[in-house]
Amino acid sequence: MSNHRSIASAAQSVRRRGVAQTVSTSRDGAVAVRSANTVPAGNSVSASDDPPATSTVQLRSLALAKSYRKGRVDIPVLRGVELEVRRGEFLAIIGQSGSGKSTLLHLLGTLDAPDAGEVHFDGRRIDNLPCGKRDALRNRRFGMIFQFYHLLPELSALENVLAPAMIASNAWGYYRRRRQYTAEAARLLETVGLGHRLKHRPRELSGGEMQRAAIARALVAGPEVLLADEPTGNLDRATGRDIMQLLRSLNRERKLTIVMVTHDLAIAEQADRVVRLVEGRVERA
Amino acid sequence: MYKLLLCWRYLSTRYIALASVVSVTLGVATMIVVNSVMSGFAFEMRNRLHGILADLVVEAHSLEGFENPEYYMDEIRRVAGDDIVGMTPTVHVPAMLSFKYGGKYVTRPVTLIGIDPATQSEASDFGKYLQHPENRRRMSFELREGGYDTRDHQAGREAKERSVMELAGWKYRRWHVKLERDREAISGDLDRVPPPDFTVPPEFTAPPDEKVDDTEAGETMVEEVENEHGPSDHGAEVADQDKSAKPPSDPFANRAKDADEVFDPMRETHTGLVLGIALSSFHDSGGDERFLVLPGDDVQLAFPNASVPPGVVTDRFTIVDFYESKMSEYDGSFVFVPIRKLQELRGMIDPQTGVTFVNSIQIKLKDESKGDLVRDKLRKALPMELFNVSTWRDKQGALLAAVQMETAILNILLFLIIAVAGFGILAIFFMIVVEKTRDIGILKALGASGRGIMGIFLAYGLSLGIVGSGVGMVLGLLFVVYINEVAKVLSKITGHEVFDPSIYYFYKIPTIIDPLTVAWIVCGALAIAVLASVLPARRAARLHPVEALRYE
Repeated sequence: MSNHRSIASAAQSVRRRGVAQTVSTSRDGAVAVRSANTVPAGNSVSASDDPPATSTVQLRSLALAKSYRKGRVDIPVLRGVELEVRRGEFLAIIGQSGSGKSTLLHLLGTLDAPDAGEVHFDGRRIDNLPCGKRDALRNRRFGMIFQFYHLLPELSALENVLAPAMIASNAWGYYRRRRQYTAEAARLLETVGLGHRLKHRPRELSGGEMQRAAIARALVAGPEVLLADEPTGNLDRATGRDIMQLLRSLNRERKLTIVMVTHDLAIAEQADRVVRLVEGRVERA
Repeated sequence: MYKLLLCWRYLSTRYIALASVVSVTLGVATMIVVNSVMSGFAFEMRNRLHGILADLVVEAHSLEGFENPEYYMDEIRRVAGDDIVGMTPTVHVPAMLSFKYGGKYVTRPVTLIGIDPATQSEASDFGKYLQHPENRRRMSFELREGGYDTRDHQAGREAKERSVMELAGWKYRRWHVKLERDREAISGDLDRVPPPDFTVPPEFTAPPDEKVDDTEAGETMVEEVENEHGPSDHGAEVADQDKSAKPPSDPFANRAKDADEVFDPMRETHTGLVLGIALSSFHDSGGDERFLVLPGDDVQLAFPNASVPPGVVTDRFTIVDFYESKMSEYDGSFVFVPIRKLQELRGMIDPQTGVTFVNSIQIKLKDESKGDLVRDKLRKALPMELFNVSTWRDKQGALLAAVQMETAILNILLFLIIAVAGFGILAIFFMIVVEKTRDIGILKALGASGRGIMGIFLAYGLSLGIVGSGVGMVLGLLFVVYINEVAKVLSKITGHEVFDPSIYYFYKIPTIIDPLTVAWIVCGALAIAVLASVLPARRAARLHPVEALRYE
């Protein structure tokens, strides 16, 4: 417990410094993230210089189709989406509301199963995996953030961030490594600028803070792909910009693949690539 | 881990769910209380039944009994001697008991039992239930000078005092007979009746170690006599008597009037007799015990002799003690006399050979639980057409079975209460699952499996069950431990006795806490709580994550 508290206070001091420098967590934060997740930091400097096009395809959808049943009528939402997401790419999917972009994101993240078509991750088909494997995939390889943050109201910010780690390990395994996990989670929260809010419940946080906590939660298991569903949709412009900066820096510093869904062109344009979804199909730009 | 954390958080933030387990709590508490009290009663009853009845009884089918009990006792000892602690022969006959009270003869049907005072207590707890401490130690059919218990020795300090028992014994007999004689001497000349003096004069009390305060004793007696003549006490019999017009006459008057001329009741007694206490007393409207006769009084018994067809034998006996087993069935019907005297009166002694007859042999076993075994052995060894061998359980089987049945039915009913509580948990859990739909979606998005989600709600149900039945257990046990205090407070509040000792013959509510029963009850409640949470938990596990996430 004392250990924990010292982390929290350390985090606070870092946060204060961060504010003073007004870096908005980009440089400082990214360094912290890298160290926290022990990703080899080999060519982090050259990361932004590398054109994404040269990277391999990490996530791909083949002729993805999905329809929803409303009463007796099937309403098609996706009608054969072909999409390739390269490793380390920041991809924005833009579309009207109801164009199926959230559904696409859910299919990519194996939260939902397509009616037809396939989803491949690292060259392997994942949409037809058994339940347990898909759960593990969501838990360890994907991170997800949502428009409405979707934090668990009963848990503090820190516990919310710890949730994926708790899900990943059994009670005894978690108990043995709880200090390590807690330290990591605290560091992540500190990175996203919430070092002073570890013990707060979601309802005591502002929208921006909740989204930062959600991002920290998405990162805690060290995922390879971050799926963001309208991450700024519920935030004011300035806060949204902060969040976008955070995502950008994560993408650059960690070479984290990010697939972001939004209806806001201004937000989408901060990504490396923008894909437009019209009437359930990807419109070639 | 998240299961435990979330389950704990749900538990500590959602008090409405705790409301759903209140019925579990109450059910568990009630079940524990009922089971403890029932088993307390059953134990107490079994104890008393067992104390009164010997472990094993070998009885003749006929009223005239069988001859030469010593031979059969040897036979029994030969067959099952290793298991037997003590044996005593007894004679049982139905009889009519009469004594004079309030100028009339009171007659009651009784079971007359001839016992061997030396060996009776070896075969049963007979001695324990007597009122004179000396008789409890060593039974004797001689009237004692005094010193009978003025409190129920089995009940402890809470018992009401029986102050009138202070008078009982020789001292009472002498005073009583004197009073009687005085009355006869002055009868016919009512003007010369001196004001009645109920003080026991010092000459009637035995000079050494006599601690009775005469004045006080006398006053008690006056009070007693007056009370007994109150119209409320014994209805029509004395209702017509005008209390103020008539000098308070002694209710026990004329008791010894037609006694044998040679017989001097001042110095002699008839054969001793131990009377079931409920035969000699009754409870008045205030719940106080009133005695019709006391040790020292004479009574008359009529019973059949051993000839065919039976003739009637009557004789007088002097009460030497009361028998109080707290089983009203026995206290209200048993009368004990020395077996020798009864055999003489009934003609159960062969005049030429001196061979005696008895009705039954009471046997006490080393290990009561072997009763059935020894019974079967004896049944084989003894001629079936002469004897019936039964254990005390066989004799009181119906009563014990009834108590068991009652307990079983009560348990079923109370368990239904907990089952109803289970449905409450079911309903509330469905609501919680609906409320938590979004959170379930989030957890699934984070990689939680359906099994894990189910685990949260099952653990939640289990912990609610633990809280509910734990609190219920503590409440129930506290209630059982303080049940007498609770009863006292309740009777103070409601104004009438919740647990009337005069009805139940116990001064305390007997309770036995059986840890195994408590464990069963708690486990049952837990099982119901978990079962009730299975359906909602399955529903939560099957929620589609996308739909759950979309749920607002």
